[in-house]
Amino acid sequence: MIHKLTVPISDEAISALHVGDQVELSGVIFTARDAAHKYMVEEFIKTGGNPPQSEESLYELLKEKLDGGVIYHCGPVVAKDDGQWRFVAAGPTTSIREEVYQDLVIEHFNLKAVIGKGGMGPRTLAACGTFKAVYLHAVGGAGTLIAERVQEVEDVHKLAEFGVPEAFWQIRVEGFPAVVTMDSHGQSIHAEVAAKSEAKFRELVGV
Amino acid sequence: MQDLTNAFVELIRRTSTDLPGDMELALRDAREYEAPGSAAQGALDTMLVNQEMSRRLSRPICQDTGTPIFEVHYPVGWSTRALAAQIKQAVVIATEKAYLRPNAVDSISGANSGDNTGTEFPTIHFHEWDEDVVQVDLMLKGGGCENVGAQYSLPNAPLKAGRDLEGVRKVVLDAVQRAQGQGCAPGVLGVAIGGDRGASYAFSKQQLFRPLGDRNDDPELAALEETIKEQANELGIGPMGFGGKTTVLDVQIDSLHRLPASFFVSVSYMCWANRRRSMIVRGEEVTYQ
Ligand code: SF4
Repeated sequence: MIHKLTVPISDEAISALHVGDQVELSGVIFTARDAAHKYMVEEFIKTGGNPPQSEESLYELLKEKLDGGVIYHCGPVVAKDDGQWRFVAAGPTTSIREEVYQDLVIEHFNLKAVIGKGGMGPRTLAACGTFKAVYLHAVGGAGTLIAERVQEVEDVHKLAEFGVPEAFWQIRVEGFPAVVTMDSHGQSIHAEVAAKSEAKFRELVGV
Repeated sequence: MQDLTNAFVELIRRTSTDLPGDMELALRDAREYEAPGSAAQGALDTMLVNQEMSRRLSRPICQDTGTPIFEVHYPVGWSTRALAAQIKQAVVIATEKAYLRPNAVDSISGANSGDNTGTEFPTIHFHEWDEDVVQVDLMLKGGGCENVGAQYSLPNAPLKAGRDLEGVRKVVLDAVQRAQGQGCAPGVLGVAIGGDRGASYAFSKQQLFRPLGDRNDDPELAALEETIKEQANELGIGPMGFGGKTTVLDVQIDSLHRLPASFFVSVSYMCWANRRRSMIVRGEEVTYQ
């Protein structure tokens, strides 16, 4: 069975998800990777929700849209036709780089899902439990397929400062496919596979 | 000397938007091998559908179009400066056409150059040869898989790895275990034994240009390629690290001379979006492989 999720996502919908579940996500989500996460933590969270004046409007927008919302670790390939941005390729990027930021962002914005690849660590898993969120794994490299599920690029923020891959792309997706690999019940496929392969590795190498 | 700029743009387009045949076949085989309905099989299906769409729509297979690495083999008399200029120009055009994502970032300021050019970006290596044709091999090496590459200095006490092929086996398996699914498994491993640190890494990447299934002429290294491939797959990491039987599609190894004091083993990990193609220029005629 495929779980359909729509932004804003409720805590109940999150609780119903378990590792290994397949989901299809719809609604408005934001791409954010290294520069965007560092920025959110430094400008919004460390300032206790009092960003410098120049950053206020983006903060207000994100507060509204990320409440029950979703962040996607992705640096897309984009094209502009007649002044309208279009996603050309948009697979996930490696998530673990955001491990030091993600729990803070989940808590501060009441984020319900993070999409990426490779999984995340204990801090994020703990935040998924405490604040009811999930980690969704998209197929890395499936850039064209996922781009096809992006119905519209609504806006882009911090493009000049961060560049195309690192900007906040505000996109409306329909039927975005992913697998739950970390749930709100403390389970992580990544930890499980890592433990099993470690045991096999020790046997093969004799350490 | 003819202007090859447009031919280079086409080489970039083909490389970015269409997987080489051996890779597509290997993914199809892997799909049959995984349990029906498993997350592993689902991931491989997604990769294959994505590949078909990308080829049809002429769009990048993966949004991380990586570091473009050009290996240029040229006959006596060609100007490498002119070729380098044409390659750079082609990269700029290919970026405008969205075959490549702007990927060149100033390491100090963090600014993206916007057109995939910068200091030593793209990577271009020139090799003069005796043939009367120009052959250009292009690889697009993504960041996720590049980040899980590793270099070991043997002996390595924690892994009980000595300065022999058994030691090489142990450290390469360690690299696969550490990578988990992070390099977008199933991957291909290029391994270099020996060299200094720089030469070793560069040579490990050269191995990734070999067709899948190609075995080293040295029977000992050929056997090691097979053994590591088998054992890496026994780790059960699987496509995207979801668990499964397919973790690596192939392992290719070769060696360089080294200093008596050093014994490096370098592992370059290439993701399933293994984008590599060649172009051959014979007189006015350009063909792609
Ligand atoms: S590792 Fe490869 S497939 Fe994965 S995101 Fe990077 S370039 Fe794409």
